Amino acid sequence: MNGTLNGNLNLIGYGLSAIGPGVGIGLIFAAYINGVARQPEARGMLQPIAFLGFALAEALALFGLVLAFVL
Amino acid sequence: MSPLVLAAGEGFTPPGPEDFWWPIVGSDASNWTLTRPAVVALFSVALIAWFFLAATKRRSIIPGKLQFVGEGAYGFIREGVGRDLIGSKDFRRFMPLLFTQFTFILVNNVFGIIPLIQFPTMSRIAFPIGLTVLTYVVYHTVGFRKKGFVGYLKDLVPPGLPTWIVPFIFLLEFVDKFITRPLTLSLRLFANMFAGHLLLLVFILGAEHMILDLGPALKVAGILSGVLAVVMTFFELLVEVLQAYIFTLLTALYIGGALAEEH
Repeated sequence: MNGTLNGNLNLIGYGLSAIGPGVGIGLIFAAYINGVARQPEARGMLQPIAFLGFALAEALALFGLVLAFVL
Repeated sequence: MSPLVLAAGEGFTPPGPEDFWWPIVGSDASNWTLTRPAVVALFSVALIAWFFLAATKRRSIIPGKLQFVGEGAYGFIREGVGRDLIGSKDFRRFMPLLFTQFTFILVNNVFGIIPLIQFPTMSRIAFPIGLTVLTYVVYHTVGFRKKGFVGYLKDLVPPGLPTWIVPFIFLLEFVDKFITRPLTLSLRLFANMFAGHLLLLVFILGAEHMILDLGPALKVAGILSGVLAVVMTFFELLVEVLQAYIFTLLTALYIGGALAEEH
């Protein structure tokens, strides 16, 4: 039986490139949780910083996704 | 030989982006076609309007069930997002925008797993782009209005930096605030809904194909795939609520950043 696999190699590249932002987002939220656990009253101050960093790190993953489909 | 190759060999067409194109009235080629996401979006607006009219119709000190849910949702966005991120001085005038965005995105996202509707509106890129344009215009407008044209641009660079680094930071911040932010805001919502719906399609169509068309060993794999589809549906619910929250949160964050006096 001769099966074929159709698909685009770009998506494998995207999978690899998503590792970086994945680790980055993990580190950001790890630091955020650590900070809030040590000093719960700092939550309000840490939250915007954590989410800005998260948005910036996820931007890389999203660019990768777009380029995987466009190129 | 792996199951994937077997499945691909016998006329199984994997789901793809074309599964998201659902014309209802009008042809494929026309620019004016009524599609399924448009109908779902209109329905969601009617549903939200009905819900909040009903929830606020008979207001009393001791809230009824509807009023309790409505006030709970509003209080969550007001206290947890608006007041915290924009600041207690200015947040009131942005609450209509934030709460409308939150409820609209939430209802449309959850429609992705409600039986019979089962289409996340935001998996068509035009809807997230529309929402993002609103956020983009609002946060830049309030920024320019508050600080003036030059003042807003000057405020992109945090104070107290050495002079030679200022142009680079300005360029970075400018690209971030004017290009990266709107791109990622719309793409995040779109990509999450698109990928989530595609994931469910893969598991459900794969289960159907393996159970109905293939041999006994693969029937077992098909049942497993069906079970995973149910698990993934609950995971999708989590992602959908989270994405509605994150979109609102980032809108508030960007507005708060544009209004802030200093970095």
